[in-house]
Amino acid sequence: MNRINQLFEKKQQNILSIYITAGFPNIDDTATIISEIEKSGADMIEIGIPFSDPLADGKTIQDSSSQALQNGMSISILFEQLETIRKTVSIPLILMGYINPIYQYGFEAFCEKCNAIGIDGLIIPDLPVWEYTEHYKELFEKNNLHNIFLVSPQTSSSRIKEIDSISNGFIYIVSSAATTGKTSDISEEQISYFSSIQNMKLSTPQLIGFGISDNKSYTTACKYCHGVIIGSAFIKALQTSQTSIEKIIHTFIQGIREQKK
Amino acid sequence: MNYFVDTKGYYGNYGGSFIPEMLYANIQELQDNYLQILESESFQKQYRELLTEYVGRPSPLYFAKRLSEKYNTNIYLKREDLNHTGAHKINNCVGQVLVAQHLNKKKIIAETGAGQHGVATATVCALMGLECIVFMGEVDVERQQPNVKRMEMLGAQVIPVKSGSKTLKDATNEAFRFWINNPDSFYIIGSVVGAHPYPDMVARLQSIISEEITWQLAEKIGRNYPDYIIACIGGGSNAIGAYYHFLNDTRVKLISVEAAGKGIDSGKSAATSILGSPGILHASKTLLMQTKDGQVTEPYSISAGLDYPGIGPVHAHLFETGRAIAQNATDDEALQAGFLLTRLEGIIPAIESAHALAALEKNTFKKDDIVVVNLSGRGDKDMGTYLKYKDVYLK
Ligand SMILES: Cc1ncc(COP(=O)(O)O)c(C=O)c1O
Repeated sequence: MNRINQLFEKKQQNILSIYITAGFPNIDDTATIISEIEKSGADMIEIGIPFSDPLADGKTIQDSSSQALQNGMSISILFEQLETIRKTVSIPLILMGYINPIYQYGFEAFCEKCNAIGIDGLIIPDLPVWEYTEHYKELFEKNNLHNIFLVSPQTSSSRIKEIDSISNGFIYIVSSAATTGKTSDISEEQISYFSSIQNMKLSTPQLIGFGISDNKSYTTACKYCHGVIIGSAFIKALQTSQTSIEKIIHTFIQGIREQKK
Repeated sequence: MNYFVDTKGYYGNYGGSFIPEMLYANIQELQDNYLQILESESFQKQYRELLTEYVGRPSPLYFAKRLSEKYNTNIYLKREDLNHTGAHKINNCVGQVLVAQHLNKKKIIAETGAGQHGVATATVCALMGLECIVFMGEVDVERQQPNVKRMEMLGAQVIPVKSGSKTLKDATNEAFRFWINNPDSFYIIGSVVGAHPYPDMVARLQSIISEEITWQLAEKIGRNYPDYIIACIGGGSNAIGAYYHFLNDTRVKLISVEAAGKGIDSGKSAATSILGSPGILHASKTLLMQTKDGQVTEPYSISAGLDYPGIGPVHAHLFETGRAIAQNATDDEALQAGFLLTRLEGIIPAIESAHALAALEKNTFKKDDIVVVNLSGRGDKDMGTYLKYKDVYLK
């Protein structure tokens, strides 16, 4: 069974997925960071493939992406770094990236390589539902890859149901009409949006992402779904270079999980 | 062969709408409504009236006698430079702002390169009393200062974009990001790029150019088509506007001129059809300048309006099918052509349009050929650049 499905079978609450930009802060950090995130107790990891023009991302991830590209990161190098990752890491791994670099690598070769390495799912924010079902669904399924769809406050409830019906793994709930990295307290409006989705009793589990940054937003969001995805806040933490990367990651994830005294 | 958009938003292998889910509702709203709005009687009445009374259309189709003598053929200039605000961009903005009103949108956003689209957008927003925010790369803010000042005077907020190459591509990224964060706003895209239906909507709104060429030629020479149409392409809106009514008439040869910058092989160029390959940027599949890893590369052209790493999907299709011929002009060739037109005809062209004029030098026309060059804009905004090179070209 796909590791994402296994995860949601054994755990329905407080799932924590961490987004990283591959090749950031240094090109060879990817495997270390992945291992440390698992050791620190996160449940899943999204590995971002850097792109020159990340339309859905705010400044933090834009900057980490351009740093990673400057460091020389590419899909081929990422695959080399992940070649033996499954010897040490057992939590679900998802690759997240904009469509163009994947298209240039070759969709078929890309999916086959993901399968060979042990990647469980893909998030391609600019691959729309129609293009996916028409052109890529079979290829994804053949390679045991779940395509993770996004829904946002702009998504109608009929469309959410449609997305639910073709989803496997989980649905990515974008917390507000925003690019990544906007942090403010979760508003009443967001709460009612989260509850309306919760009340739809979808068959696919849901994680909330975008703007989740600390224990408070994690705790609030977790009340309305199976867990959260944290990206920009984690990338920012990696930039505080006073201590070792291991320590930073451990402290960050502890901080999310545990109420500060 | 079909040169128009299909029901899925594609031109052959190119086009589509590769948008993140956050923009799905906005794009869907446009897809569902744009044709009905554009074809409605009330839209057509308002649009045509504004084009006549406000923009100053029809723009003349001017027989350039001295230029024709020089190239020993018959050259007509389609004078989009005489439009209000000085370029073809206003045709599109007048149309899109009406679409925005039909959809009850109050806040308008736009990207701009040369600043012509930004000025045109700021202008129609002032006219309609709508809030206007324009994204412009920091490099372009610097090289197109007069247009920045015009936008501000018109009441628009100009936001300098500091990411990437700080030019048109990055301004477009930033406009899309703002749209994601402010889904109640209406994005007036300035060229035939972006998610379906933008390329088709913008093409239809610019097609007034070829509509006029048809009857103007009939009046002038008793024949309603030329042998050649020459236009520059950044994204390709002035070109598709000039081609539109002739797309299925293969007697008319279409020449699209890209910016070669300092030369095709110099590493400083924007000649997408030669340097590009199929890829996906700004929500459509098209020809794109990129690395083998699919990272978009930074283009270069002396002209801010052509300094873009892609072309509209319709142009990728026109090139692939052989319907249009891709040519290019370097900075040097464009400047030369710009100064030539100035001294032969007393018309200072936009540096973008000067790229189209440069193609006259590179093709041999017959004595009785009818050649239409789309003069997409005027050179006022480029005075700084022209003056810098004056001593080199005006000896
Ligand atoms: C005068 C002029 N011509 C041409 C262009 C290029 O745009 P397009 O290829 O969409 O006509 C611009 C863009 O700013 C422009 O200002």
